[in-house]
Amino acid sequence: MEMQRVEVKVSDKDEIRQRTRNRRAKPSPRARGRNGKQADSDDEEEEEEDEAPRRKGRNRKAKAQESDDEEEEEKSVKRKATKATGRKKKSAKDDSEDTEEEEERGKKKKDGKGTSKNQKDEENKEKKGNSKDKGKKEKEKEKDKNKGGSSKDTDSEEEEEEDSLSEGEMAALKEEVEEKKKMIATLRNKPWRLKRRLQNLKECQSFVEKFEGALGKGKGRKLYAFKVMMAKKMIKFHRDFDNFKTACIPWERKIKEVESHFGSSVASYFLFLRWMFGLNMVLFGFMFGLVVLPELMMGLPYGSIPRKVVPRAEQANAMDYSVLLDFGGYCQYSILFYGYYNEERTIGVIKFRLPLSYLLVGVGIFGYSLMVVIRTMARNSNDGGDGGDEGQFTFSFKMFTSWDYLIGNPETADNKFASVTTSFKESIVDEQENQKDENIHLTRFLRVLANFLILCCLGGSGFLIYYVVKQSQENAKRNQDELTWFENNEADVVMSLLGLVCPPLFETIAELEEYHPRVALKWQLGRIFALFLGNLYTFLFALFDEVNAKLEEEKSIKNATLWNEKEYYANYSSFYNTSNVPPLYIAPADVVRGPCWETAVGVEFMKLTVNDIEVTYITILIGDFFRAVIVRFLNYCWCWDLEAGFPSYGEFDISGNVLGLIFNQGMIWMGAFFSPGLVGLNILRLISSMYFQVWAVMATNVPHERVFKASKSNNFYMGLLLMVLFLSLLPVIYIIMTMPPSFDCGPFSGREKMYDVIMETLQELPPFIGTLVGYATNPGLILSAVLLMVLAIYYLNVTSKNYENANLELRKKMQQARDEEKNRRNNKETTNEAMQYLEDLMPNRSLIPPPPVEEPPPDNVIEKGKKSPKVAKQPGAAANAKGVNLQKEVSLASPNPRSVVTRPPQPRGPPGPARGPPPGPGRGRGRGAHPPRR
Amino acid sequence: MGTTASQLGKDLLSEYQELTFLTKQEILLAHKRFTELLPKEDRTVQSTTRLSMEKILSMPELKSNPFRKRICHVFSTSDTKDGSLTFEDFLDLLSAFSDSATLEIKSHYAFRIFDFDDDGTLDGGDLEKLVNCLTGETDDTRLTPEEMRQLIRNILEESDIDKDGTVNLSEFQHVISRSPDFVSSFKIVL
Repeated sequence: MEMQRVEVKVSDKDEIRQRTRNRRAKPSPRARGRNGKQADSDDEEEEEEDEAPRRKGRNRKAKAQESDDEEEEEKSVKRKATKATGRKKKSAKDDSEDTEEEEERGKKKKDGKGTSKNQKDEENKEKKGNSKDKGKKEKEKEKDKNKGGSSKDTDSEEEEEEDSLSEGEMAALKEEVEEKKKMIATLRNKPWRLKRRLQNLKECQSFVEKFEGALGKGKGRKLYAFKVMMAKKMIKFHRDFDNFKTACIPWERKIKEVESHFGSSVASYFLFLRWMFGLNMVLFGFMFGLVVLPELMMGLPYGSIPRKVVPRAEQANAMDYSVLLDFGGYCQYSILFYGYYNEERTIGVIKFRLPLSYLLVGVGIFGYSLMVVIRTMARNSNDGGDGGDEGQFTFSFKMFTSWDYLIGNPETADNKFASVTTSFKESIVDEQENQKDENIHLTRFLRVLANFLILCCLGGSGFLIYYVVKQSQENAKRNQDELTWFENNEADVVMSLLGLVCPPLFETIAELEEYHPRVALKWQLGRIFALFLGNLYTFLFALFDEVNAKLEEEKSIKNATLWNEKEYYANYSSFYNTSNVPPLYIAPADVVRGPCWETAVGVEFMKLTVNDIEVTYITILIGDFFRAVIVRFLNYCWCWDLEAGFPSYGEFDISGNVLGLIFNQGMIWMGAFFSPGLVGLNILRLISSMYFQVWAVMATNVPHERVFKASKSNNFYMGLLLMVLFLSLLPVIYIIMTMPPSFDCGPFSGREKMYDVIMETLQELPPFIGTLVGYATNPGLILSAVLLMVLAIYYLNVTSKNYENANLELRKKMQQARDEEKNRRNNKETTNEAMQYLEDLMPNRSLIPPPPVEEPPPDNVIEKGKKSPKVAKQPGAAANAKGVNLQKEVSLASPNPRSVVTRPPQPRGPPGPARGPPPGPGRGRGRGAHPPRR
Repeated sequence: MGTTASQLGKDLLSEYQELTFLTKQEILLAHKRFTELLPKEDRTVQSTTRLSMEKILSMPELKSNPFRKRICHVFSTSDTKDGSLTFEDFLDLLSAFSDSATLEIKSHYAFRIFDFDDDGTLDGGDLEKLVNCLTGETDDTRLTPEEMRQLIRNILEESDIDKDGTVNLSEFQHVISRSPDFVSSFKIVL
């Protein structure tokens, strides 16, 4: 490290010398361009971004120059190459020398960014012309000069240089290579021209390639080379894999099309849909691969046992279309539903534990979904600003970030112009009046009224659903033939209708409230969410009632069956007078069975889902498509302009669609345990709705009047999804833990509780695992684990708060530092009140405009001494340095016209060294204790 | 497509991938689109081939963007400042507007796009032009001078931290980094 520093200094010095030489030799525009560039390139690493726009003009000037440089560089690269090949033959000493030279040059290259190369190369050439040794001596001398010969390190270094490729050099070289590598990796983050980046990349790559091989000795060298090679392979593989991944993402073009027509907000729905599709594909993979496929391949075939065959009574119309449509008949006794699965512990030759797998997949679906949702949320919250202080920058955000660059459609662009204008005007008006409270009481009353109305709606819809589900249970007891289609599907139809009617109703009621549209949207979303949730849970409770009734029924049937069996045995033995009773044979279709409530629940969910799909699609067809057709074609012969007037074309309802999707997913999560086929159905639904909705949007909808942006709502939706996931997890877990499974259907039949399969499996494992699990489930252990978790949460919470505070602190400091910097640059007085005060106190500074630069130390001491009690905010060292700088700047300052122009006149005198009575102006600013930096 | 792939060359392709935020497919697509815009008789893309600004702006992705001319000017390496782009400039543009570009890159280029007079700061004139771009060209959406003044004053009040009457790059980036949806909307996809 030490060595590098030395070299940096050397190169700095070189540059300085070159600069002076430049100035002397060629005072032409060419040289000026170069100098300007050089000055920039000195602090390129840090200042690149700030400087770039400003430098652009200069760049252009220096372009010709640059091309010259490039040529030179190429030459030097070639030279390097020849050297490198010849290097192996050289002696060890030469070697070290050589690398050192190279290193230095590399360093310079980085510092000077190839601008001063021309000169340097010339210099090098000269050196070479003289002789290598001489050149080296010169350099060392320089080094000594630089260091002043004071440091020991220089000496030790020189000693080290005698060795061949010493440790330090190795380390330095290694570091250099690493640095280059890092450069390569981060090159794309630099806002340079591609050409320049390309050039840089090539340089770095050639450097790395050349010197990577030199690292490591003996055995280590091979290993190192191998490592390097592997790293390269890995990078390539990663890139290919990334390419592959992007190639696999479906519907990219479709979404892009929507994006360009409707902006990012509508597209966000489709992105969400695609994300959902990905999630469901994984769930489907679990379900299909671990449950459905094994049962299909290795389980008993259809008709072999009672649960796998349609009962005799239903066989007559088991194939009827209407029955199949309700998932009765063959559908009900198929692989789609819980009841079909056999309770055999292991199936097939590979002894697949189907019941265990069924339970684990059922729970695993929730686990996986939770993980994915939470991870996505975390990632979403990571990128994009924190949004914590949105109020701080309302106007700037509107100004700088309101345009949606994805918009590629003139109509949408027009809408966007309009909406941007309105939002500007609105915010200006807001700012002007800030708060106009006309009749706050009326507004309040209206809001309360609206909420009351909506609560009524919610309650009413809940009751309606409960009533309908009850009714349908009543109906189910009657003869199936008497029932109409409506009576059969009452519950689903009513639920769908409610979902259709209530949201517009809410919207109408919300008009009363006169909220800002964005707030109104949030309220609307919340209300629809409550409605859906209420409906879903009412449905669930009704379902639980039904399940309980079925359980009762099942119990009686089970008893009856057992009793029948006993009777049969008793009768048989008494009739034939033998104890050797042949097992009772009844055809599987004729066996008396229980109602199998799990399958019933599965069927309910299946029906609900199908209904939901139908309603959604029909709504789109009627509400959007037919409306569009009518508006489009009847417009020719109508009294008013249909397109601009009343019906007009529909807008895409983002929030409604997203909520629909979320709730659909909730039903899938809940129903998947009872109906493995549901996930597959959902996949079909998602695919079809992707195509259908994209078509519908493109064909029938118009861009929004007010173009909302996707904004943070993404995470809002994810939050809703998480909530729905949690709410759908509860009933399923409750059922798994408490409800007794049906005795004659499903993978858990014959067990007391569903989770018994896990216990069974544990018993088959070696006993010590059983004891381990026994310990693990010990209440004491669980309690302490929970306690630990709570503590961990508390700790993490506190830490994150601390970080937040630290962030705030740092931000403040940054702002302060920037202000100071800016002021120094503009040669204004410090903005810091206290500093100002102190400055004014100092007499000789205020009297003599340019105080000598060498004097600061005593002043400084005074400042420091005085400051410490008064300026608590300012860290001593920083203020100290500032004091010095400030003085320097002031001393160098010529009267600066700019400060007078840009700064609004303030009560105190003209900026610059104050001449008036010292303490007066400092206090007279009247800004209180705050430094006026905002 | 096969021809374009061979035209670009494997090394160059991988270098472009290294240097931009684009994937292989995106680069190839960009190349295809770029080639399509060239005149029919000369469809070979060299590093010196330039597309005039009018040609670039005829792409639907840029057509309705109010900043389209600024975008071309910022990304152009042309000496005559005519906003024409080479293929590499074009890739630069797409990379900065791509999905995976960092906030720094995006905000840097956004700043340069908004900096209409190329002087390194956003002053009153720049902001006024910016507002006019955002509100469209028609008169009915344009703000009145009074509103404009108020608006610019408010913006400077918010973002001009050092109170020098202009917004410089670091101030701009400070503001932008707070914005929740800048990254998601500062995007152009082919």
